[in-house]
Order: sequence, then structure tokens, then C-alpha cells
Amino acid sequence: MNFPILSVITFLPFVAGMLMLAMPATRKNEVRAVALATAVLDLILSAWVYVQYLFGDMSGYQFIEQYNWLPVLGISLKFGVDGLSAPLVLLTGIVMFTGVLISWGDDDPHVMAGIQDRPREFFAFLFLLAGGVFGVFVSLDLFMLFFFYEIAVFPMYLLIAIWGWVKTREYAAMKLTLYLFIGSVVALVGVLVMYWTQYQNTGVLSFDMLLMETAGFSSSFQYIWFLPVFLGFAVLGGIWPFHNWSPDGHVAAPTAVSMFHAGVLMKLGAFAALRVGVMLLPEGAKQWSWLIMIFAGVAVVYGAYIAFVQTDMKYMIGFSSVSHMGLVVLGVSTLNHDGLVGAGVQMFSHGVMTALFFAVTGMIYDRAHTRMIPELGGIAKVMPFATIGFIIGGLVSMGMPGFSGFVAEFPIFMGVWREQWLVAVIASISIVITAAYIMLAIRKVFFSEMPENLVGHISPITMLDKIAISTLCFFMIVIGIFPAVMVPMVEKGVENILRLLGGA
Amino acid sequence: MFTSTIFASILPEILILVLGVILLIVEPFWKVDQRRNVGWLTAGGLFVAIIVSLLLGQPGEPTSVLGGMIRFDWFGFFLKILFMFAAAITALLMMDHEKAGQRGEAYLLLLASLLGMNLMAVSADLVMLYLSIETASIPLYLLAGFIINDERSTEAGFKYLLFGILASTIMLYGFSLIFGFTGTTNIYKLSEMFAAGEITLPFFFGLFALLIVGLGFKISIVPFHFWAPDVYQGAPTPIAGFLSTASKAAGFAVIVRLFFVAFSFGDNPALLQTWTWTLAILAAITMTVGNLLALPQTNIKRLLAYSSIGHAGYALIGVVAFSQLGAASVVFYLAAYIATNLLAFGVVMAFSRVTGLEDISDYAGLSRRNPLMGLMMLAAFLSLAGMPPFGGFVAKVFVFAAGVQANYTWLVIVGILNSIIGVYYYLNVLKFVYLKRMPNEDEENHPVPLTRPYTIALVILAIGVILVGTVFAPWFSWSDSAALNLF
Repeated sequence: MNFPILSVITFLPFVAGMLMLAMPATRKNEVRAVALATAVLDLILSAWVYVQYLFGDMSGYQFIEQYNWLPVLGISLKFGVDGLSAPLVLLTGIVMFTGVLISWGDDDPHVMAGIQDRPREFFAFLFLLAGGVFGVFVSLDLFMLFFFYEIAVFPMYLLIAIWGWVKTREYAAMKLTLYLFIGSVVALVGVLVMYWTQYQNTGVLSFDMLLMETAGFSSSFQYIWFLPVFLGFAVLGGIWPFHNWSPDGHVAAPTAVSMFHAGVLMKLGAFAALRVGVMLLPEGAKQWSWLIMIFAGVAVVYGAYIAFVQTDMKYMIGFSSVSHMGLVVLGVSTLNHDGLVGAGVQMFSHGVMTALFFAVTGMIYDRAHTRMIPELGGIAKVMPFATIGFIIGGLVSMGMPGFSGFVAEFPIFMGVWREQWLVAVIASISIVITAAYIMLAIRKVFFSEMPENLVGHISPITMLDKIAISTLCFFMIVIGIFPAVMVPMVEKGVENILRLLGGA
Repeated sequence: MFTSTIFASILPEILILVLGVILLIVEPFWKVDQRRNVGWLTAGGLFVAIIVSLLLGQPGEPTSVLGGMIRFDWFGFFLKILFMFAAAITALLMMDHEKAGQRGEAYLLLLASLLGMNLMAVSADLVMLYLSIETASIPLYLLAGFIINDERSTEAGFKYLLFGILASTIMLYGFSLIFGFTGTTNIYKLSEMFAAGEITLPFFFGLFALLIVGLGFKISIVPFHFWAPDVYQGAPTPIAGFLSTASKAAGFAVIVRLFFVAFSFGDNPALLQTWTWTLAILAAITMTVGNLLALPQTNIKRLLAYSSIGHAGYALIGVVAFSQLGAASVVFYLAAYIATNLLAFGVVMAFSRVTGLEDISDYAGLSRRNPLMGLMMLAAFLSLAGMPPFGGFVAKVFVFAAGVQANYTWLVIVGILNSIIGVYYYLNVLKFVYLKRMPNEDEENHPVPLTRPYTIALVILAIGVILVGTVFAPWFSWSDSAALNLF
């Protein structure tokens, strides 16, 4: 038996969270040290999985572990990664690592950076969330996938409600939790129906997704149940018209939670919708792809347009997330090779990019105590490092060649063009709008004259912040310059989906 | 003939009786200010009884003993263990109750009620069943009104008594009709009699209605739920916890055994559907009413009362499913629910002991006043809301799975809509615990200390809630073997 690396990655955050809760509340620095050590370890392990998969010339599901959990009902703890999930596991590792760095806190009393109030509980809940996210990405058992999915949902409530932005946190946290819970329970009905129908069809009582792929669900069954399952999960992916919770949640959440939320949590929705909705109900996906494509197309343009008119930086990034996640779903809805590969890369690229955006916005807010774009200016002089980071993020967001955004968005548009050229044309408007709002924001926030009330109040960012920014930038540039480190891998995952779709 | 099987079948009851006698003998010799220690004795004795029963009292093949009065099987055994666990925890929670915990009678009444519940779980005869229901109920009437100089408590006791007696007499009338129709009171013979006799649909429906009044009262389903909020609010908090967990679970034990065994109607699916559909409608109404009425509550005990009404509705889905998975999921649900709800009531008890307050808004800042209690509250309420990794999540999924399997998908959808309502009001409580601050006060100056019995009880329960929710295989296989005995 090999080293159970995926279980270690998944359960390490839970164990660390328990450990932190057992530590005395006054030992803030020790708690932070445990958090950082765990995050580093998880990043190393997830990077190792990624590198092994990439250079080990692997394909299909790898690192498979299986433990019987409840054999009577066919529930097992079955873990494994493929070309689609391995990048997402790495992404979670990256966001977890940078999130801990950003939340470390600052001794300077003028700076409200990081988490000062009850860091023990904060990191424990954050790690519970992280463990749930890892669990969803690596689960090959539908019950366990759902289990971890729910674990990832509820810590958000506490993280936003306790440590969030005072003005909207109660409202936003409750709204977010209810939206996500409604989505997940709708999907649950679909999951249970799939489970029993499989039993009727094959006589095997199992939640194993690899078995469910061959369950032979009838065409009419897939037609009925595809939408509840896909949309139920996609709520977490911020799909229009169920995206409303997402920008509110981003705005209310503390920095690290915003990073998690936009960086990985929304991928969770898209990923689960793809894994469960498209891969297990491929016929249904074919029949409904037109509707998904319309939803996604609206999200792409509408999200970008709303982002354009925002004055609050976090709302701007929140709606840009809706737009970019719309691209992911748009890629999925094409059900062809190019679109799906683009969607896979876009999930990673957008995760890193938004995490960077929120990190920098958080740094600015902690120092300037405002996020309103008109009230900011001249940040580049005091925070040059953060400025460069934000600009790189902006270039990724615009889909500039040489950055990961291009590698992701170009195939998506190619795929959409093949299926429905009109949608591609309309969706591409979003690129122009995105470029406009990103450049306007960069000009005003970073390069215009600094308002007088801010002069002298903005302190430089810390070393930890710089490490976090560089880590995030590193991945965006590497993938942009060497697409070969990710695209072939995602292609292997996509091949599997195409096989299920019947080579379409 | 008193064989070892008979001995094993009533071993837990014998141990409980012995424990009660020891209490009676020991208690008068203790000084008044030491009588709290009776709680240690009760809880310790019950834990010993659980271990001894697990070692010596395990059932083999289902057998009828004591002249067909008692059925010795896994179903009854597993539930008995659960009841004894709940009673032991309740004894711990009672110890530091100002007015109830210092008096030995309270613990003795608890044991008497427990004895009745244990027998409810194993009764195979209507006469035995009725006697055990009364044995379980009468001490609870007394316990609910135990604080005689408190108006709410006496009101609770009296209300519970009146409702309870009315319900049980109606049920008794139903039992007598059954006897008149079939000529037997043995549950296991009833099914053959029903199959042989030509029971008409209207007659059966009337019979079923009479029974469900009595049993519906025990598990507090709508429309027999009116007593629950008032009684829970007025009764001493640990007793309210016991009422909402063990007493309710005992009611479910009777419902599952009686309906699954006597009303299976293998050759007459129309009759079977009569009662499953009736129960399905009752379950849907119960969930909806319980959860909707929980929304506007400001008192935490009333909130828990309405939430426990809602949970009775969820558990009924498993009964409605009428399958092995259904029965197993009910038993599993009861296990998870007992641990979860006792935890919730335990925190409420520990909090009101120090502060004397019971409103939800009084919980503001609890997580700063006592972080451990905050976490306990988190575990209990998230488990009630059905969130992993706590027991409530898997329990709900199993019950829903059983419902979908039996083609009651509409009922599962009702259940799911209700759990969304549930999430809202459970999170609302957690909002006070974690987010709100005490008005104009510094929480540091107002700690909420836990005494030792509470710490022990709450830690055991919290571990239980997490274990049921994560390592669910052993619990489920026990529930499953319990369910297997019914078919």
C-alpha cells in the first residue's frame, strides 16, 4: 500500500483545526504557526501530487485509495485525482497557504491587517472549510463528495458573520448560507434518485461514481434530473441567475475568506456540477446544454457590465468573478474538447487571479479604511509590490497572452464558436468591458494623485504579504508562458468526459 | 422456568431496579447537602448497567420470552442502550439543577421512567405495552411538575398529565378494539389474525386513528403536539431534554414495532397504504408546522420544543418508507437525535443555571464567555440543522434515502424544504452565540463556568455527535441489524 497522500491532504486541515481549538486562546502566535505549518505542508503535498501526475505521464484517476465506510449502503471513502481535479487540489493548497499568510496579522496598531480577534477560532473554521474543499476535489464516491461539499458550506457562515465587514456581514452570511444550502439539498434529491435508479438498473448498491457512470440511466431520466443536479451544484459556482449571494458574500467576508470564497469555493460548485451533472448524466447535459449556455452567456456579459459600474473594489471583483465563472460554465456547456479544456484551465487561473485581487484589495482596505475607488489614489507610491501584483492580476483577467488567463479563455471562445458562433461573439464583448474596468481601476487606485486624507496613513506591506503576492503571480505567469505545465493534464481529464459524452 | 435467555432479556431492567433500590437505601443516610451525589451514583450505575448489558445481555435470534410478553431482539436491545445512555446523561445534567438535583426522588423517578421505556422497546403484547407506556409516563408527569413552588413547572406537570391521560385512554380504547376483533393481544400474532380476518378499510382506519392519537402524543407530532412547548418550557430543563429525546424515541420504538409487525398486511397492500399515506401526510404537516412555528420563537426551550416536533416529522419519513432501510434509518436517526438534542438541552441547562436566563438573545457573546460552550452549541445546532460532520447530517440523508427508495419523493422534498427553514433559525441562534456581543458589558467579566457533571456530560455528547456523523458504520450496522429483526 502506497503512502495515502490524498487522505493526508484532506484530513490534515481537520486535524490541525482540532489541534488549534485545543490550544489556549491567548497563544495567538503559536496558533498562527500551527496554521502556517499545516498550510505549507498541504501546499507541498498537493504540489507533489500535481508534479507526479504531470511528469509521471499519468492518465485517468490516480493515487486511488479506497476504504469501506458503510458497505451495507455502498458508501466508501474513495479518493483519487484526474487531470481536472489535480490542478484544483493544487489551487486549494496555494490559496490556503496565501490565505494564512494574509491573515497573519500585523503588530502595527494603525494597520488593521489580518485577524486579531480570536485567530484560534478563525483558523480552525478556515481549515474546516479547506478540508471540505480538498475532500470534494478528491472524492470519487458521491456520498463522500456530498459530505465534504456540505462541510465546505457552513464554516463560511461563521467566517463571514464573525470576522466580516460589520455593515453587511449578518445579511450576507445568512443569504450565502441559504442559497448554498438550497442548492445543495436540491442536488441531494437528485443524488438519491440516481443512487436508487442505479440500484434498480444494475442491482449494485453503491455511491461509487465510476460505477454510476455505467449505470445506464435512461434518456428521459437524465432529461428530468440533469437540471436539478447541475443547477443545484452550480449555485455555488455563481451561475446566473443564482449568483446574487456571491458578490454580497465577497464584500462582507474578511480578506482570506474572500480569497477562499472566490478562489476555490466557487470552483467547488462548477467542479461538482461537472463531475456529477455532466459526467454522470451526459445525455441530460446534451439535451440541456443550450439552456446552460444561455445562462452562462448572460453571466459573462452581465457580470462584466455590473462590475464596470461598481465603485466598491470588492463588489467590482465580486461581479468580475461572476463573469469569469460564467466563462467556466460557458466552456462546460459547449461539451466539446476546446471548451472543456478552457474551462478546466480557467478554474485554476481564475482561482489564483481572484485570490490575488482580493489579497491586494484587503491590504489596501486595511490601510486606507476604504475600498471606494473614487476615494483612493496613488497607492503605487507606497505599495509598489502590491501594485505590480494587481496589474498582473488585471492582465490575467483581461486574457492577455503570456498570462494564464489567455491560455484559459482562448480555448473557451474557440469551443463556443464551434457550437454557436453568436454566443461567442456576444460573450467576447465581456473582454472589452473587463479591460475597461480593470484599467480604470488601476489608473485611479494606484496611479492618480493620492487624496490628502490618506497621505502618510498608508504603510508599506509586510514581508508575508509579499510572499503571498509573489506565490500567486508565479503560477499565473508560469502557466501563461508554459501552457504545457497544465493544458495536457487538463486534456487528459477532458478525454474522460468526452468518452462519457460518447465522443461528441 | 427461568432460563438464561429470560435472564439476559431483562438484564438491563433488573440492573435498573437494583440501582433504584440502592438509591432508596443509600439516599436517606446522606446529608442533605450531599444528596447531589445521588446523580453520580445514578449516572455511574447506568453506565455500568450499559457495559454489563453489552457484555452479557446481547440477544441472539429473536425470541419471545415470558409468555410472549417480551420480544428479545436487537431492535429492543439497541434502543434500550440508547435510553439508558440518555438517562445517565440526564442524571448528570440534573445534578446541578438548583431545585431538582438535590433530591433523591428525582433520580428515582427518572429510573422508574427509564424502566418503563426499556419495556416499551421490547413489549410484544398490547397489555404489556400499555403497562410499560404508563410506567414510563407517570414518573414523567411528576418530574415535569417537580418544582412545586414554580408556577410554570406545576402548569407543565398538570398539562402533561391531562393531555397524556386523555391520549393514553384513547389509545387503550384502540387496543381493546383490536382485542375484540382478533381475540389476541400478542403483536406477533396480530398480523396473522389481521391477514385471516376480513378487516374492512374504514374499520382499520378508525382503529389506526385511535392508536395514532396515543402514540402521536408520545412523539409529539402535529396535531397532538400542543403540550410540547409549554411542558418543555416549564419543566426542569434536564427533564425537558429527557422528554424530547428518550421519551420520544420510546414512542418511536413502539410505533415501529407495532406498525411494522402487526400492520404489514402482506396480501393486502391497500390497507398498508392506508396507514403509510396517513402517516406520510402527518409527517409532512408535522415538519412544516414544527419548523414554521420555531421561526418566531424567542425562548430557547420553546425553540427546541418546536424543532423537536419538526424532527419527529423527519424521523417519520423512515417509518412511512416501510422498508428495512426505513426502520434502520429511524433507529439511526433516533441515536443521532438523542445525542444532539441532549447536547443542546445540556448547554441550555448549564447556561441558565449560571445566568437564570432562557431567551435566545441572552446567548449574545456566549462564545467569548465560555468558548467550550460556544463550540458545544455549534455542534448541537449544526447537527440539528443537518450539517456534516455532525450526526444530524447522515441521519437525515439516510431517512431521505429511505423515503426516495419507497417512492415518497414528494415527502422527501417537503423534508428538504423544511430543513432549509431549519437552517435559518438554527443559524440565528448561533448568530447570537458567536456574533453578537453582550450589550454594554465586557464578556471577560461574565464567564459562564461549567461544573464537573456538565463538562463530563457535554464532552461525552459532543464526541458522540461527531462520532455518529463521521464513523457511522458501526452505528448504522447496529441499526440495520435491529431493523432486520422486524421483518
